[in-house]
Amino acid sequence: MVWRLKKHSVLPGFGLTLGFTVFYLSLIVLLPLTALCLKSTSMGWPQFWETVSHPRVLASCRLTFETAATAALINAVGGFIVAWCLVRYDFPLKRVFDAMVDLPFALPTAVSGIALTTIYASSGWIGQWFAPWDIKLVYSRWGIIIAMTFIGLPFVVRTLQPALEDLEKENEEAAACLGASRWQTFRFVIWPTIIPALLTGFAMAFARGLGEYGSIVFISGNMPMKTEIASLLIITKLEQHDLAGATAIAVILLVSSFVLLLCINLLQWWSSERVRGVA
Amino acid sequence: MSIEVRHISKSFGNFTALRDVSLQVHDGELLALLGPSGSGKTTLLRIISGLEVPDANPDSEILFHGQSVVDRPVRHREVGFVFQHYALFRHMTVADNIGFGLRMRPRATRPSKSEIRDRVGKLLKLIQLEGFGDRFPSQLSGGQRQRVALARALAVEPKVLLLDEPFGALDAKVRQGLRTWLRRLHDEIHLTSVLVTHDQEEALEVADRVVVMNQSRIEQIGTPDEVFHHPKTPFVMEFLGQVNVFHGRVTQDKIELDDPFVNEADEHHSGSRPQAVYARPHELDIQRESTNGEGIAATVRRLHLAGPIARVLLEAENGGHVQVHMSLERFYELALQPGVAAFVVPKNGRVFDATVAAIRD
Repeated sequence: MVWRLKKHSVLPGFGLTLGFTVFYLSLIVLLPLTALCLKSTSMGWPQFWETVSHPRVLASCRLTFETAATAALINAVGGFIVAWCLVRYDFPLKRVFDAMVDLPFALPTAVSGIALTTIYASSGWIGQWFAPWDIKLVYSRWGIIIAMTFIGLPFVVRTLQPALEDLEKENEEAAACLGASRWQTFRFVIWPTIIPALLTGFAMAFARGLGEYGSIVFISGNMPMKTEIASLLIITKLEQHDLAGATAIAVILLVSSFVLLLCINLLQWWSSERVRGVA
Repeated sequence: MSIEVRHISKSFGNFTALRDVSLQVHDGELLALLGPSGSGKTTLLRIISGLEVPDANPDSEILFHGQSVVDRPVRHREVGFVFQHYALFRHMTVADNIGFGLRMRPRATRPSKSEIRDRVGKLLKLIQLEGFGDRFPSQLSGGQRQRVALARALAVEPKVLLLDEPFGALDAKVRQGLRTWLRRLHDEIHLTSVLVTHDQEEALEVADRVVVMNQSRIEQIGTPDEVFHHPKTPFVMEFLGQVNVFHGRVTQDKIELDDPFVNEADEHHSGSRPQAVYARPHELDIQRESTNGEGIAATVRRLHLAGPIARVLLEAENGGHVQVHMSLERFYELALQPGVAAFVVPKNGRVFDATVAAIRD
């Protein structure tokens, strides 16, 4: 197969837009990341390895990925129900609820961190109910998950909404006429067509969780080896003027998130091909 | 299985879709519900299927084979429903679409995988799409998709087949082919079927009986022949074909026509018109000379000869238009040209305001 970049098309501007895309992505995304990678190489391989294999670094990376994944999973379930309700039913104040979904986007993360810490602390509105059972929601792993869930919710809801709106009512009616129960209709007719959107939402919430810093530092307690997330460790290193060390951790974080997101995207792409009905 | 609906009404908010409709569908017949959009035909079909619930009314009843099914939900009514836009599951192959209903059955009554495969194979053969089982709906043409939708509905062996404008989204040529095919299929399997359509030609060609609906009510029920040649209301007359409306009188042995109605569009679908005489284009004749002052003086305006008959449009002196259909032989015998003067003479006509429904010469 011959690859041709330029094909005659009724839509003009392919060359121009492609040029801009490459330039823009390079400037905004690629260049800073390359600089990051180059900076980390300045320290040399053995030192790099020593930095990233330090138990405290490993613990923080593991914690970050685990909590981000957990939060994204919680959001996939909760966000799905929210999106379902907002799209499929009419109820009073629906617009207000719909607008509320975006709030985690808009709030400065420090504000969310303080707000969440206040209500989930052992003396707070919600935290006090867990205190008797000796469950600490704040200054623990749970706190990190709570903060990541909060900031990741809009991603799941906003990616699912269009997919749910696109569902054809006739498909569900056809399934009912063919004898399918409501559960079967959901499982075999609706579910397969919204998986791609759900996966996208999950990936975005997951990525957002990995990068979150502002709200988590308030709620996690920042105990090394226990509740210290990777981005906090990077800041710590920077404050100690260990720029190379900070970038080394950043590179690890970058590479692993990229691989994970790539996998999720491939999965999402594969499932949407199936939904579109292309063999 | 026979279907009977009694005193069914349905409103959506302020809009009344059905007003006290009663109807019987005989066992094994193909019945067409025909009417303009908004006449309630689709609502009636959806109520029969159970997709829509009729307004609460103690007299209303839906009977399948004499048994009430009002309280039976859609999935237990055993109806096959074919949608206008196919409603195929796009993430499933053609074979999986057709086998869907069988796979959804409770384990006790679910056929084995190989039985399902056999059934799907037979249905693919029936819809003439053997070898298409592994394709996805997006890889099929509109006509093929609709046949798959039909096979999917038939796979669960429904007691009745309900088709909602099944050919509405297809182009003219495919429509024609599919409806002939549907009629042949019905003659083979004799499944009680109800077809909703706004295309009178389709209804008259395919159905055993036609139900003409207008403004949430049934106007007339009859065989295609009956409703076409013996319409009971002006609406049926106008909906089932072209019609000319004249001021005039119909007496025991004579039809007298004065001027044609000028503004046909304004009067369209209105109720009965006093002293209005209705004549289809083929029920009129044209003469070059008036015998004993008979006939309406008119000028030939347009000729349409591409077809088995000649269609002539004339303009009367009051500006009203008259459409006349005649054989090509008769047309050449008259030697009509645009612009020539002629006289329109009725061979047949109807009035609806009097007890006289129709007379023939």
